Amino acid sequence: MANVSVKDLDLNFGEIKVLQNLNIDVGEGEFLVLLGSSGCGKSTLLNCIAGLLDISDGQIFIGDRNVTWEQPKDRGIGMVFQSYALYPQMTVEGNLAFGLKNARMSKDEIKKRIARAAEFLQIEPLLGRKPAQLSGGQRQRVAIGRALVRDVDVFLFDEPLSNLDAKLRAELRVEIKRLHQQLENTTMIYVTHDQIEAMTLADRIAIMRGGSIQQLAAPNTIYNKPVNKYVAGFIGSPSINFIDGEVRFNSDPVFVAGDTKIDVARYEFTGNGPKPGPVTFGIRPEHIFLERGGEDEPFTAEVEVDVVEPMGADTLVWSHMGGNELRFRVDGQTSLSKGDRVTIGFDPARASIFDAETELRL
Amino acid sequence: MSSTGAINIAGVSADASAEDLVGPRGARPRRALSRRNIMLYGTLFVIAVYYILPLYVMIVTSLKGMPEIRLGNIFAPPVEITFEPWVKAWSSACTGLNCEGLSRGFWNSVRITIPSIVLSIAIASVNGYALANWRFKGANLFFTILIVGAFIPYQVMLYPLVIILREMGLYGSLTGLVLVHAVFGMPILTLLFRNYFTSVPEELFKAARVDGAGFWGIYFKIMLPMSLPIFVVAMIIQVTGIWNDFLFGVVYTRPEYYPMTVQLNNIVNSVQGVKEYNVNMAATIITGLVPLIVYFASGKLFVRGIAAGAVKG
Repeated sequence: MANVSVKDLDLNFGEIKVLQNLNIDVGEGEFLVLLGSSGCGKSTLLNCIAGLLDISDGQIFIGDRNVTWEQPKDRGIGMVFQSYALYPQMTVEGNLAFGLKNARMSKDEIKKRIARAAEFLQIEPLLGRKPAQLSGGQRQRVAIGRALVRDVDVFLFDEPLSNLDAKLRAELRVEIKRLHQQLENTTMIYVTHDQIEAMTLADRIAIMRGGSIQQLAAPNTIYNKPVNKYVAGFIGSPSINFIDGEVRFNSDPVFVAGDTKIDVARYEFTGNGPKPGPVTFGIRPEHIFLERGGEDEPFTAEVEVDVVEPMGADTLVWSHMGGNELRFRVDGQTSLSKGDRVTIGFDPARASIFDAETELRL
Repeated sequence: MSSTGAINIAGVSADASAEDLVGPRGARPRRALSRRNIMLYGTLFVIAVYYILPLYVMIVTSLKGMPEIRLGNIFAPPVEITFEPWVKAWSSACTGLNCEGLSRGFWNSVRITIPSIVLSIAIASVNGYALANWRFKGANLFFTILIVGAFIPYQVMLYPLVIILREMGLYGSLTGLVLVHAVFGMPILTLLFRNYFTSVPEELFKAARVDGAGFWGIYFKIMLPMSLPIFVVAMIIQVTGIWNDFLFGVVYTRPEYYPMTVQLNNIVNSVQGVKEYNVNMAATIITGLVPLIVYFASGKLFVRGIAAGAVKG
């Protein structure tokens, strides 16, 4: 019913090309997250899908219907904004009813729908209040309710949690996930710059940069097998370690950086590699382990501790290897201090290797 | 006493004794009669007197009879208070052959001001709304032309407008004058409304569009209820501007439609007969009363409007 397809979408503001040749297919009931740093065009894309921006070229289909020239209200979408965008002079009930009144729905039906949405979102006691009398979390719930009462097939979220404090954000994140599970056939497209939100909520993530999609895949794939250096560096906090070096062949491929040699024979190369030449080797901090005698990781090395950042649950250790900075995570109870020499190890099969020039995954 | 050491940021030993608390502490003392205060309030007082004095003279003179005025003590309060000049100014002062006082001019002014305000604010607010929220093709050009219009001196346009009104058959009528006022209010009011509507969060506008409201739906149901303060500001600007207008009133109307300001001028500047200072003063105060009342009444509303908007978030 409500799959969303974007085909060959272009958007120009005068001479500036904001979106170029975008293609996305979102299946019915799927939760797609558009993730990227600010200015990458993710909100713009969402506005195009909503019909709030006129596109320059391409087509948009919602539920197999070409809605490229349709008004936002006729597209069967509901939208939730970062600033909530509640109508300040109306009560919560008025806010929920506004869209329905515009659609000339009968009073009974409006009442019924508001009651249902209010119960669903647990905002019944707030119906008589003005938005100014609500807390941030309550406001966002009302904003979601405004989309909910309209019984739409597609929900569009434009950074809905960015204005909330960290604790509330975590709570509402779960609520949105629950909402998606309960509204089984509702497609959701969610824009954020917060990778935790993206990883936790998404069925698939589209990483955007400079108006185009870098990678569109399930969160796990994006995390473990980023297609290029940008995606690898963008996803993950603390971010991935990059070590510049080159791939050499004896009989097996070996990554060489200074006097460090890493055997990458078990690494799954893509169609692009393996080939000899300069590369960037990426390994996530959480994939590096402290060796405690056992030495069970395929690759081990001795490094010196530079900085220790205790974060409670775990501790981030800054070190260096082959002239590059190297961060790794250790248990929060480990006591290390500057100057200690420790043995670390990791499995090169979990690493990502990128061509130094094209920055594409090898 | 050792516990007081905790507040000792300077790092003196923990068992600091009472002498650490000697020296400035708590709120800084303020002297009421410092040199700075005397200068400040003195200056303010002198300026206040300077501004209030003419008004005082006007009120005092308007309450005196002519014999008392002829004594020449313009600052002296009236010995015998009389409201005769006020009554005369309102209902029987003569301008030329016509001896109805200011009352006719007052009603003319009302009939000019109210439609002019309603018309100009209605059009300008829609203009501003369209310019701020519905970026149509040529919006910038249109806006630029409008703003340039604000800088052209009125005198340049006087005569062309006379011809235009004559061709439209509106010259000399109240309708014509109302139209002129509405047109001349347009640039500044449109700018005012555009800037205000631009400051309304764009997402609100987008949300309303998703909710299915159209151009007028968004204007009347979302924008208008949010913009009371700016409507009050526009009203203040227009009431003062149009009520105090003399030039357009005298150029575009016939004597029977002269607004109050023109009539006031004719009363005060009449060269025949005795100069009735008390009547002139009373007439001037009556004429100025309307903008004054609007200021005081809507000033309150204005503040309330701002306060109502301030709690949104």
